[in-house]
Amino acid sequence: MKAFLPFLAVIFLVLLVIVGVKTASLYFLFGVVVPYAALLTFLAGVVYRTVKWGTTPVPFHIPTTCGQQKTLPWIKQSKIENPSGTGGVIVRMLLEVFMFRSLFRNLKTEMHEGPKITYGSDKWLWLAGLSFHWSFLFIVIRHLRFFTQGVPMPVQIVEGLDSFLQIGLPLVYITDVLFLAAVTYLFIRRVTIPQVKYISLAADYFPLFLLLAIGCSGVLMRYFLRVDIVSVKTFTMGLVSLRPKIVPGISTLFYIHLFLISTLFAYFPWSKLMHMGGVFLSPTRNLANNSRIKRHINPWNYPVKVHTYAEYEEDFREKMKMAGVPVEKE
Amino acid sequence: MYNGGKIFIGIIVFLGIVTFPLYYNLGRADTPPKPSLNTPVINQMKVKHCVEPKAFMRADHMQLLMQWRDSALRDGERVYISSTGERYDISLQNTCLHCHANKAKFCDRCHIYMAVHPYCWSCHFAPEKENKL
Repeated sequence: MKAFLPFLAVIFLVLLVIVGVKTASLYFLFGVVVPYAALLTFLAGVVYRTVKWGTTPVPFHIPTTCGQQKTLPWIKQSKIENPSGTGGVIVRMLLEVFMFRSLFRNLKTEMHEGPKITYGSDKWLWLAGLSFHWSFLFIVIRHLRFFTQGVPMPVQIVEGLDSFLQIGLPLVYITDVLFLAAVTYLFIRRVTIPQVKYISLAADYFPLFLLLAIGCSGVLMRYFLRVDIVSVKTFTMGLVSLRPKIVPGISTLFYIHLFLISTLFAYFPWSKLMHMGGVFLSPTRNLANNSRIKRHINPWNYPVKVHTYAEYEEDFREKMKMAGVPVEKE
Repeated sequence: MYNGGKIFIGIIVFLGIVTFPLYYNLGRADTPPKPSLNTPVINQMKVKHCVEPKAFMRADHMQLLMQWRDSALRDGERVYISSTGERYDISLQNTCLHCHANKAKFCDRCHIYMAVHPYCWSCHFAPEKENKL
Protein backbone atom coordinates (compact mmCIF):
# COMPACT_ATOMS: atom_id res chain seq x y z
CA MET A 1 0.00 0.00 0.00
CA LYS A 2 1.31 3.38 -1.04
CA ALA A 3 0.32 4.99 2.27
CA PHE A 4 2.23 2.52 4.39
CA LEU A 5 5.78 3.56 3.54
CA PRO A 6 5.23 7.28 4.25
CA PHE A 7 3.57 6.29 7.52
CA LEU A 8 6.62 4.24 8.46
CA ALA A 9 8.86 7.12 7.42
CA VAL A 10 7.16 9.49 9.88
CA ILE A 11 7.31 6.87 12.64
CA PHE A 12 10.98 6.45 11.84
CA LEU A 13 11.57 10.21 12.12
CA VAL A 14 9.92 10.25 15.56
CA LEU A 15 11.93 7.25 16.74
CA LEU A 16 15.08 8.89 15.41
CA VAL A 17 14.55 11.85 17.74
CA ILE A 18 13.70 9.65 20.69
CA VAL A 19 16.90 7.66 20.20
CA GLY A 20 18.98 10.71 19.32
CA VAL A 21 17.82 12.98 22.13
CA LYS A 22 16.75 10.67 24.91
CA THR A 23 19.39 7.96 24.55
CA ALA A 24 22.31 9.63 22.84
CA SER A 25 21.72 13.20 24.17
CA LEU A 26 22.45 14.77 20.79
CA TYR A 27 20.79 18.03 21.85
CA PHE A 28 23.01 20.25 19.78
CA LEU A 29 22.41 18.21 16.63
CA PHE A 30 18.62 18.06 16.96
CA GLY A 31 18.17 21.47 18.58
CA VAL A 32 20.55 23.64 16.57
CA VAL A 33 22.20 21.98 13.57
CA VAL A 34 19.08 20.39 12.09
CA PRO A 35 16.76 23.45 12.43
CA TYR A 36 19.32 25.82 10.89
CA ALA A 37 20.11 23.39 8.08
CA ALA A 38 16.39 22.92 7.42
CA LEU A 39 15.73 26.67 7.32
CA LEU A 40 18.60 27.26 4.91
CA THR A 41 17.44 24.40 2.70
CA PHE A 42 13.94 25.86 2.72
CA LEU A 43 14.99 29.39 1.78
CA ALA A 44 17.54 28.37 -0.84
CA GLY A 45 15.27 25.66 -2.22
CA VAL A 46 12.23 27.90 -2.64
CA VAL A 47 14.30 30.61 -4.34
CA TYR A 48 15.95 28.02 -6.58
CA ARG A 49 12.67 26.44 -7.65
CA THR A 50 11.02 29.81 -8.27
CA VAL A 51 13.91 31.12 -10.35
CA LYS A 52 13.95 27.87 -12.29
CA TRP A 53 10.26 28.30 -13.05
CA GLY A 54 10.93 31.89 -14.00
CA THR A 55 13.44 30.83 -16.64
CA THR A 56 10.96 28.38 -18.19
CA PRO A 57 9.07 29.96 -21.10
CA VAL A 58 5.31 29.78 -21.42
CA PRO A 59 4.92 28.59 -25.02
CA PHE A 60 1.19 29.06 -25.31
CA HIS A 61 -1.31 31.55 -24.03
CA ILE A 62 -3.45 29.26 -21.89
CA PRO A 63 -5.63 31.08 -19.33
CA THR A 64 -8.58 28.98 -18.22
CA THR A 65 -11.82 30.87 -18.31
CA CYS A 66 -15.41 30.25 -17.40
CA GLY A 67 -17.19 33.46 -18.20
CA GLN A 68 -17.98 35.81 -21.05
CA GLN A 69 -14.89 37.07 -22.83
CA LYS A 70 -14.43 40.77 -23.59
CA THR A 71 -16.16 41.39 -26.89
CA LEU A 72 -18.78 43.77 -28.31
CA PRO A 73 -19.61 46.71 -26.05
CA TRP A 74 -23.22 45.61 -25.48
CA ILE A 75 -22.25 42.12 -24.25
CA LYS A 76 -21.34 42.18 -20.58
CA GLN A 77 -17.90 40.81 -19.85
CA SER A 78 -17.26 38.56 -16.86
CA LYS A 79 -14.27 40.54 -15.66
CA ILE A 80 -13.05 38.14 -12.97
CA GLU A 81 -13.82 34.82 -14.64
CA ASN A 82 -12.44 36.00 -17.96
CA PRO A 83 -10.09 38.90 -17.28
CA SER A 84 -8.79 40.94 -20.16
CA GLY A 85 -6.33 43.06 -18.18
CA THR A 86 -4.02 43.05 -15.19
CA GLY A 87 -6.69 44.29 -12.74
CA GLY A 88 -8.96 41.33 -13.39
CA VAL A 89 -6.05 38.92 -13.16
CA ILE A 90 -5.05 40.35 -9.77
CA VAL A 91 -8.58 39.99 -8.39
CA ARG A 92 -8.86 36.47 -9.76
CA MET A 93 -5.48 35.58 -8.31
CA LEU A 94 -6.35 36.98 -4.87
CA LEU A 95 -9.59 35.00 -4.81
CA GLU A 96 -7.68 31.92 -5.91
CA VAL A 97 -5.00 32.29 -3.25
CA PHE A 98 -7.23 33.27 -0.36
CA MET A 99 -10.50 31.50 -1.21
CA PHE A 100 -9.49 28.61 -3.52
CA ARG A 101 -12.05 29.72 -6.06
CA SER A 102 -11.28 27.06 -8.66
CA LEU A 103 -11.56 24.33 -6.05
CA PHE A 104 -14.97 25.72 -5.13
CA ARG A 105 -16.14 24.59 -8.55
CA ASN A 106 -15.11 21.02 -7.82
CA LEU A 107 -17.77 18.60 -9.06
CA LYS A 108 -18.60 15.02 -8.32
CA THR A 109 -19.17 13.00 -11.46
CA GLU A 110 -21.26 9.87 -11.14
CA MET A 111 -22.37 7.19 -13.57
CA HIS A 112 -25.92 5.93 -13.17
CA GLU A 113 -27.95 3.27 -14.89
CA GLY A 114 -29.15 4.18 -18.27
CA PRO A 115 -26.24 4.94 -18.77
CA LYS A 116 -26.65 8.41 -17.39
CA ILE A 117 -23.94 10.70 -16.11
CA THR A 118 -24.59 13.27 -13.38
CA TYR A 119 -22.54 16.13 -12.01
CA GLY A 120 -23.17 17.05 -8.39
CA SER A 121 -21.84 19.76 -6.11
CA ASP A 122 -18.89 18.64 -4.01
CA LYS A 123 -17.70 21.31 -1.63
CA TRP A 124 -16.11 19.13 1.06
CA LEU A 125 -12.65 19.16 -0.47
CA TRP A 126 -12.83 22.93 -0.81
CA LEU A 127 -14.03 23.32 2.78
CA ALA A 128 -11.40 21.00 4.24
CA GLY A 129 -8.67 22.54 2.09
CA LEU A 130 -9.66 26.04 3.10
CA SER A 131 -9.91 25.16 6.82
CA PHE A 132 -6.56 23.43 6.67
CA HIS A 133 -4.70 26.27 4.96
CA TRP A 134 -6.23 29.05 7.04
CA SER A 135 -5.71 27.14 10.28
CA PHE A 136 -2.10 26.53 9.33
CA LEU A 137 -1.62 30.23 8.62
CA PHE A 138 -3.13 31.16 11.99
CA ILE A 139 -0.99 28.55 13.73
CA VAL A 140 2.18 29.87 12.10
CA ILE A 141 1.33 33.47 13.05
CA ARG A 142 0.50 32.38 16.60
CA HIS A 143 3.84 30.61 16.90
CA LEU A 144 5.59 33.96 16.42
CA ARG A 145 5.08 34.50 20.14
CA PHE A 146 7.91 32.02 20.60
CA PHE A 147 10.13 33.91 18.17
CA THR A 148 9.67 37.55 19.12
CA GLN A 149 10.71 39.44 22.19
CA GLY A 150 7.88 41.85 22.92
CA VAL A 151 5.25 39.96 20.95
CA PRO A 152 3.78 42.18 18.18
CA MET A 153 0.17 43.24 18.67
CA PRO A 154 -1.20 41.50 15.53
CA VAL A 155 0.20 38.18 16.78
CA GLN A 156 -1.51 38.72 20.14
CA ILE A 157 -4.78 39.59 18.39
CA VAL A 158 -4.64 36.40 16.30
CA GLU A 159 -3.87 34.40 19.44
CA GLY A 160 -6.75 36.05 21.30
CA LEU A 161 -9.24 35.40 18.51
CA ASP A 162 -8.10 31.82 18.21
CA SER A 163 -8.65 31.11 21.89
CA PHE A 164 -11.71 33.26 22.49
CA LEU A 165 -13.97 30.31 23.29
CA GLN A 166 -12.08 30.09 26.64
CA ILE A 167 -12.37 26.32 26.92
CA GLY A 168 -10.03 24.73 29.45
CA LEU A 169 -6.61 25.91 30.52
CA PRO A 170 -4.41 26.40 28.57
CA LEU A 171 -7.18 27.74 26.37
CA VAL A 172 -8.17 25.53 23.46
CA TYR A 173 -7.26 27.01 20.09
CA ILE A 174 -9.98 26.71 17.46
CA THR A 175 -7.38 26.28 14.75
CA ASP A 176 -5.81 23.29 16.54
CA VAL A 177 -9.11 21.44 16.30
CA LEU A 178 -9.77 22.59 12.72
CA PHE A 179 -6.25 21.70 11.59
CA LEU A 180 -6.34 18.14 12.89
CA ALA A 181 -9.89 17.60 11.65
CA ALA A 182 -9.10 18.94 8.18
CA VAL A 183 -5.88 16.97 7.74
CA THR A 184 -7.65 13.82 8.93
CA TYR A 185 -10.43 14.44 6.42
CA LEU A 186 -7.92 14.99 3.61
CA PHE A 187 -6.30 11.67 4.48
CA ILE A 188 -9.58 9.76 4.76
CA ARG A 189 -10.69 11.23 1.45
CA ARG A 190 -7.56 9.87 -0.20
CA VAL A 191 -8.07 6.33 1.00
CA THR A 192 -11.86 6.05 0.69
CA ILE A 193 -12.55 7.51 -2.76
CA PRO A 194 -11.34 4.81 -5.19
CA GLN A 195 -10.33 7.18 -7.99
CA VAL A 196 -8.40 9.45 -5.63
CA LYS A 197 -6.78 6.47 -3.96
CA TYR A 198 -5.69 5.16 -7.36
CA ILE A 199 -3.83 8.34 -8.27
CA SER A 200 -2.36 8.96 -4.79
CA LEU A 201 1.36 8.46 -4.42
CA ALA A 202 3.71 8.20 -1.48
CA ALA A 203 4.49 11.90 -2.04
CA ASP A 204 0.81 12.66 -1.38
CA TYR A 205 0.61 10.68 1.85
CA PHE A 206 3.93 11.73 3.35
CA PRO A 207 3.08 15.44 3.81
CA LEU A 208 -0.29 14.47 5.30
CA PHE A 209 1.27 12.13 7.86
CA LEU A 210 3.99 14.64 8.57
CA LEU A 211 1.48 17.45 9.18
CA LEU A 212 -0.65 15.18 11.29
CA ALA A 213 2.37 14.23 13.39
CA ILE A 214 3.36 17.89 13.76
CA GLY A 215 -0.17 18.80 14.81
CA CYS A 216 -0.41 15.91 17.26
CA SER A 217 2.94 16.63 18.89
CA GLY A 218 1.96 20.29 19.27
CA VAL A 219 -1.44 19.47 20.70
CA LEU A 220 0.11 16.95 23.11
CA MET A 221 2.59 19.58 24.31
CA ARG A 222 -0.08 22.17 24.93
CA TYR A 223 -2.96 20.21 26.35
CA PHE A 224 -1.72 16.88 27.65
CA LEU A 225 1.99 16.39 28.33
CA ARG A 226 2.74 20.02 29.01
CA VAL A 227 6.26 21.36 28.61
CA ASP A 228 7.69 24.38 30.37
CA ILE A 229 7.11 26.93 27.62
CA VAL A 230 9.27 29.63 29.21
CA SER A 231 12.29 27.32 28.74
CA VAL A 232 11.09 26.57 25.23
CA LYS A 233 10.93 30.26 24.39
CA THR A 234 14.35 30.86 25.90
CA PHE A 235 15.60 28.18 23.53
CA THR A 236 13.75 29.40 20.41
CA MET A 237 14.82 32.99 21.07
CA GLY A 238 18.41 31.73 21.09
CA LEU A 239 17.80 30.23 17.66
CA VAL A 240 16.32 33.35 16.06
CA SER A 241 18.85 35.71 17.61
CA LEU A 242 21.60 33.50 16.13
CA ARG A 243 22.99 32.80 19.59
CA PRO A 244 21.75 29.22 19.93
CA LYS A 245 21.95 27.64 23.35
CA ILE A 246 20.58 24.38 24.67
CA VAL A 247 18.18 24.98 27.54
CA PRO A 248 18.02 22.06 29.97
CA GLY A 249 14.76 20.56 31.13
CA ILE A 250 12.85 20.60 27.81
CA SER A 251 11.13 17.30 27.16
CA THR A 252 11.82 15.04 24.19
CA LEU A 253 8.34 15.78 22.87
CA PHE A 254 9.47 19.30 22.04
CA TYR A 255 12.46 17.96 20.10
CA ILE A 256 10.14 15.62 18.19
CA HIS A 257 7.95 18.62 17.26
CA LEU A 258 11.00 20.65 16.24
CA PHE A 259 12.49 17.83 14.19
CA LEU A 260 9.25 17.16 12.33
CA ILE A 261 8.92 20.86 11.50
CA SER A 262 12.53 20.88 10.33
CA THR A 263 11.72 17.90 8.13
CA LEU A 264 8.74 19.77 6.69
CA PHE A 265 10.90 22.82 5.97
CA ALA A 266 13.66 20.80 4.32
CA TYR A 267 11.18 18.69 2.35
CA PHE A 268 9.07 21.64 1.23
CA PRO A 269 10.99 22.98 -1.81
CA TRP A 270 11.39 19.54 -3.39
CA SER A 271 7.81 18.42 -3.11
CA LYS A 272 4.26 19.22 -4.14
CA LEU A 273 4.15 21.66 -1.24
CA MET A 274 5.84 24.13 -3.58
CA HIS A 275 2.35 24.92 -4.84
CA MET A 276 2.73 27.78 -2.35
CA GLY A 277 4.96 29.52 -4.89
CA GLY A 278 3.59 27.68 -7.89
CA VAL A 279 0.07 29.07 -7.58
CA PHE A 280 1.43 32.49 -8.49
CA LEU A 281 3.19 31.10 -11.54
CA SER A 282 0.37 29.03 -13.05
CA PRO A 283 -0.18 30.26 -16.63
CA THR A 284 -3.79 29.10 -16.55
CA ARG A 285 -4.44 31.55 -13.70
CA ASN A 286 -2.03 34.43 -14.11
CA LEU A 287 -2.53 35.27 -17.78
CA ALA A 288 -5.18 37.67 -18.98
CA ASN A 289 -7.41 36.27 -21.70
CA ASN A 290 -6.30 38.80 -24.30
CA SER A 291 -4.97 36.52 -27.01
CA ARG A 292 -7.16 38.22 -29.62
CA ILE A 293 -5.93 41.67 -28.60
CA LYS A 294 -2.25 40.94 -28.12
CA ARG A 295 -0.29 38.26 -29.93
CA HIS A 296 1.48 35.84 -27.61
CA ILE A 297 4.80 34.85 -29.10
CA ASN A 298 6.39 31.64 -27.94
CA PRO A 299 9.63 32.79 -26.33
CA TRP A 300 11.51 29.75 -27.49
CA ASN A 301 10.65 30.29 -31.15
CA TYR A 302 13.89 30.41 -33.08
CA PRO A 303 14.16 32.13 -36.50
CA VAL A 304 12.78 29.57 -38.94
CA LYS A 305 14.45 29.34 -42.37
CA VAL A 306 11.71 29.64 -44.97
CA HIS A 307 11.75 29.04 -48.67
CA THR A 308 8.75 30.79 -50.23
CA TYR A 309 6.97 29.71 -53.38
CA ALA A 310 8.24 32.77 -55.21
CA GLU A 311 11.80 31.75 -54.41
CA TYR A 312 11.03 28.17 -55.42
CA GLU A 313 9.68 29.31 -58.75
CA GLU A 314 12.76 31.47 -59.21
CA ASP A 315 14.95 28.39 -58.78
CA PHE A 316 13.02 26.05 -61.06
CA ARG A 317 11.21 28.30 -63.56
CA GLU A 318 12.92 27.02 -66.65
CA LYS A 319 12.47 23.39 -65.69
CA MET A 320 8.80 24.00 -64.83
CA LYS A 321 8.18 25.67 -68.18
CA MET A 322 9.79 22.77 -69.99
CA ALA A 323 7.63 20.31 -68.11
CA GLY A 324 4.54 22.39 -68.86
CA VAL A 325 3.85 23.34 -65.26
CA PRO A 326 2.09 26.71 -65.11
CA VAL A 327 4.17 29.46 -63.49
CA GLU A 328 3.01 32.70 -61.90
CA LYS A 329 5.69 34.93 -63.36
CA GLU A 330 6.67 34.44 -67.01
CA MET B 1 14.18 34.91 -17.05
CA TYR B 2 10.62 35.74 -18.04
CA ASN B 3 8.72 38.31 -15.96
CA GLY B 4 11.95 38.65 -14.01
CA GLY B 5 10.88 41.83 -12.24
CA LYS B 6 7.69 40.36 -10.83
CA ILE B 7 9.38 37.13 -9.78
CA PHE B 8 12.19 39.07 -8.13
CA ILE B 9 9.69 41.14 -6.13
CA GLY B 10 7.86 37.95 -5.15
CA ILE B 11 11.06 36.34 -3.89
CA ILE B 12 12.01 39.45 -1.91
CA VAL B 13 8.54 39.54 -0.28
CA PHE B 14 8.78 35.83 0.52
CA LEU B 15 12.22 36.18 2.11
CA GLY B 16 11.07 39.26 4.01
CA ILE B 17 8.12 37.41 5.52
CA VAL B 18 9.98 34.21 6.38
CA THR B 19 12.94 35.92 8.01
CA PHE B 20 10.74 38.30 10.02
CA PRO B 21 11.76 36.91 13.44
CA LEU B 22 15.44 37.24 12.53
CA TYR B 23 15.34 40.98 12.06
CA TYR B 24 12.42 41.86 14.34
CA ASN B 25 14.46 40.91 17.40
CA LEU B 26 17.56 42.88 16.42
CA GLY B 27 18.50 45.25 19.19
CA ARG B 28 15.96 43.83 21.61
CA ALA B 29 17.26 42.45 24.89
CA ASP B 30 16.91 38.69 25.00
CA THR B 31 16.42 38.13 28.71
CA PRO B 32 14.44 35.16 29.98
CA PRO B 33 12.06 36.18 32.76
CA LYS B 34 12.97 35.48 36.38
CA PRO B 35 9.87 35.31 38.59
CA SER B 36 10.72 36.90 41.91
CA LEU B 37 10.34 34.86 45.12
CA ASN B 38 11.20 37.84 47.28
CA THR B 39 8.10 38.23 49.45
CA PRO B 40 7.95 38.33 53.28
CA VAL B 41 6.09 35.02 53.58
CA ILE B 42 8.45 33.14 51.29
CA ASN B 43 11.50 34.68 52.94
CA GLN B 44 10.31 33.40 56.32
CA MET B 45 9.94 29.80 55.07
CA LYS B 46 12.69 27.51 56.26
CA VAL B 47 12.28 25.05 53.39
CA LYS B 48 10.98 26.93 50.39
CA HIS B 49 8.31 24.86 48.70
CA CYS B 50 5.13 25.37 46.75
CA VAL B 51 1.95 23.32 46.76
CA GLU B 52 3.51 20.90 44.30
CA PRO B 53 7.12 20.45 43.09
CA LYS B 54 8.68 23.30 41.12
CA ALA B 55 8.91 21.43 37.79
CA PHE B 56 5.22 20.54 37.94
CA MET B 57 4.23 24.10 38.88
CA ARG B 58 6.25 25.61 36.04
CA ALA B 59 4.54 23.55 33.36
CA ASP B 60 1.16 22.68 34.84
CA HIS B 61 0.15 25.43 37.30
CA MET B 62 -2.74 26.52 35.06
CA GLN B 63 -4.25 23.06 35.24
CA LEU B 64 -3.97 23.02 39.02
CA LEU B 65 -5.59 26.45 39.20
CA MET B 66 -8.47 25.32 37.05
CA GLN B 67 -8.87 22.15 39.06
CA TRP B 68 -8.97 24.31 42.20
CA ARG B 69 -11.52 26.63 40.66
CA ASP B 70 -13.79 23.73 39.76
CA SER B 71 -13.52 21.98 43.10
CA ALA B 72 -14.03 25.17 45.15
CA LEU B 73 -16.78 26.80 43.09
CA ARG B 74 -18.61 23.84 41.58
CA ASP B 75 -18.11 21.08 44.15
CA GLY B 76 -17.65 23.21 47.27
CA GLU B 77 -14.56 21.19 48.13
CA ARG B 78 -11.99 23.51 49.69
CA VAL B 79 -9.28 21.09 50.80
CA TYR B 80 -6.45 20.04 48.50
CA ILE B 81 -4.14 17.19 49.40
CA SER B 82 -0.85 17.57 47.57
CA SER B 83 1.34 14.83 46.15
CA THR B 84 3.45 15.04 49.32
CA GLY B 85 0.36 14.50 51.48
CA GLU B 86 0.07 18.06 52.80
CA ARG B 87 -3.31 19.73 53.14
CA TYR B 88 -3.93 23.10 51.57
CA ASP B 89 -6.85 25.45 51.59
CA ILE B 90 -8.14 25.77 48.02
CA SER B 91 -8.04 29.52 47.47
CA LEU B 92 -6.25 31.74 45.01
CA GLN B 93 -6.39 34.77 47.28
CA ASN B 94 -5.54 33.07 50.57
CA THR B 95 -3.18 30.29 49.50
CA CYS B 96 -1.44 31.20 46.24
CA LEU B 97 -1.30 34.93 46.77
CA HIS B 98 -0.50 34.53 50.46
CA CYS B 99 3.04 33.60 49.49
CA HIS B 100 3.17 35.05 45.99
CA ALA B 101 1.93 38.47 46.98
CA ASN B 102 3.91 40.03 44.16
CA LYS B 103 1.78 39.47 41.08
CA ALA B 104 3.68 41.97 38.95
CA LYS B 105 7.03 40.42 39.71
CA PHE B 106 5.89 36.81 39.85
CA CYS B 107 2.89 35.99 37.66
CA ASP B 108 3.22 38.77 35.13
CA ARG B 109 6.89 38.34 34.28
CA CYS B 110 6.46 35.02 32.48
CA HIS B 111 2.97 35.83 31.24
CA ILE B 112 4.16 39.00 29.54
CA TYR B 113 7.20 37.18 28.15
CA MET B 114 4.93 34.52 26.63
CA ALA B 115 2.13 36.99 25.73
CA VAL B 116 -0.37 35.04 27.83
CA HIS B 117 -3.37 36.88 29.21
CA PRO B 118 -4.89 34.80 32.01
CA TYR B 119 -8.44 35.74 32.90
CA CYS B 120 -7.94 35.13 36.65
CA TRP B 121 -8.14 38.83 37.30
CA SER B 122 -11.50 39.40 35.70
CA CYS B 123 -12.98 37.90 38.92
CA HIS B 124 -10.15 38.05 41.47
CA PHE B 125 -8.51 41.15 42.82
CA ALA B 126 -4.78 41.39 42.42
CA PRO B 127 -3.05 41.93 45.78
CA GLU B 128 -3.06 45.60 46.76
CA LYS B 129 0.36 45.72 48.35
CA GLU B 130 2.10 44.39 45.28
CA ASN B 131 3.55 47.73 44.29
CA LYS B 132 5.52 48.01 47.51
CA LEU B 133 7.21 44.66 47.05
